[in-house]
Amino acid sequence: MSVIRRGAVAIGAALALLVAAAPTLSQAQSNTQAELEKYRQMLGDGNPAELLVMRGEGLWKTKRGPKQASLEGCDLGKGPGVVPGTYAELPRYFADTDSVMDAEARIVHCIVTLQGIPRADAVRNPYSGAGQRQTDMEALVAFVVEESRGVTINVPQKHPKEIAAAQRGEKIFYFRGGPYDFSCASCHGEDDKRIRLQDLPNLNKDEPARRAFATWPAYRVSQGAMRTMQWRIYDCFRQQRFPELDYISPASIDLITFLGVRAQGGKMDSPAIKR
Amino acid sequence: MTFKSFVAAAALVAVMAPAAQAQTSQADVLTIMKSSFKERGIAKLDRLDQNELQKQCSEYSTRPMPAPMKAALEKAALDDVKYPADGRFLGDWKVGERIAQSGVGLQFSDNEKTVNGGNCYACHQISKAEISYGNIGPTLYQYGKLRGNTVEIQRYTWARIWNAHAFNACNIMPRFGAAGILSEEQIRHVMALLLDPASPVNR
Repeated sequence: MSVIRRGAVAIGAALALLVAAAPTLSQAQSNTQAELEKYRQMLGDGNPAELLVMRGEGLWKTKRGPKQASLEGCDLGKGPGVVPGTYAELPRYFADTDSVMDAEARIVHCIVTLQGIPRADAVRNPYSGAGQRQTDMEALVAFVVEESRGVTINVPQKHPKEIAAAQRGEKIFYFRGGPYDFSCASCHGEDDKRIRLQDLPNLNKDEPARRAFATWPAYRVSQGAMRTMQWRIYDCFRQQRFPELDYISPASIDLITFLGVRAQGGKMDSPAIKR
Repeated sequence: MTFKSFVAAAALVAVMAPAAQAQTSQADVLTIMKSSFKERGIAKLDRLDQNELQKQCSEYSTRPMPAPMKAALEKAALDDVKYPADGRFLGDWKVGERIAQSGVGLQFSDNEKTVNGGNCYACHQISKAEISYGNIGPTLYQYGKLRGNTVEIQRYTWARIWNAHAFNACNIMPRFGAAGILSEEQIRHVMALLLDPASPVNR
């Protein structure tokens, strides 16, 4: 409860700050950035995603599904039952599925294999809608990523399939298509660019790529919800005017692998908080 | 070849082998893409079928495109421009401002009835009054004042909006006319926003 109250108070104060700042926006773009930065700092101690992390931890340890098993035996890459540090080294190759999987794909895999929940059920509606309660998937991801906070990003490039995934991911990053001819690089290929007032990280560069990878999943204040890396990619493609990206699809995992490799050496700081 | 350089070359091949083995083709990528998206509403899977321009621009995203290829793409884009049949280039700048502000259209969350916007402010400064503008494209403030409102400038600006690749192949701007994002009438209004001496852009 105290976390809720603390979060609510911080959000209220931060919103008041933004509203108060509104008349000065016309003076300089940088004011907006400064205010957002203050806002982030104010919320830094009270990220509402903390609640989701706790819910996720509870879910992780709850016996569910036809097999009445918890996810505590899940192998996220460091052996069954080990959660800490795993997110920082995903996506990676898993021998049991002979494929490269990101955190979300691996969690789904564990839900299916350990708990016996059909895959179709596990991946149905992975993202919460506007004003809806966050999904179980989002809660589980929140818990798993929190367990890697401060851990150095080290997405492996040892197995040939890991290398191939990153190579395809790079090509997907530059793939121009759809009625707008956009690729990821259209918005994320140069320094100091903005859409309207929103800063865009140049994901061609190590430092912005590290920061981007380290801070997803993130609590999106404008949506009142924590969003995962899969959602981030999904929503970019929507704005690119592409068809709808399937949850934990091969292209999404390739792209996340490419971004993760580029983010090598950054430190996970997620769930983060964003506008 | 000395023994030493032979060893060095062999070592290099050994190092490169796994990467070379995993080297992926554009066809592989398209297969992966097609298996990873599903159509939704107006956004069909054929949006992943790249035209020649998209293909070449993707291919040369990270390295310089050969000059003749670039020139050919630019010529094809210019040939593709459809100028207004009645020779009327300018509409109403007030409507143009609304089109420049609107970012809706062509997403899978839109439908056939959605009237597409131009979303110009996402990337360009245009009027002085709108301070929430992006900077992916150059500023267009005082566009007409700086260039004049001659027929040549009108034709050039029309072509630039219709298919900007005519002047700089593989630039980022969508082909608003050629790709059917804006109608001829909508482009006239955006033209007026940029060129009409009465538009706030030029005052």
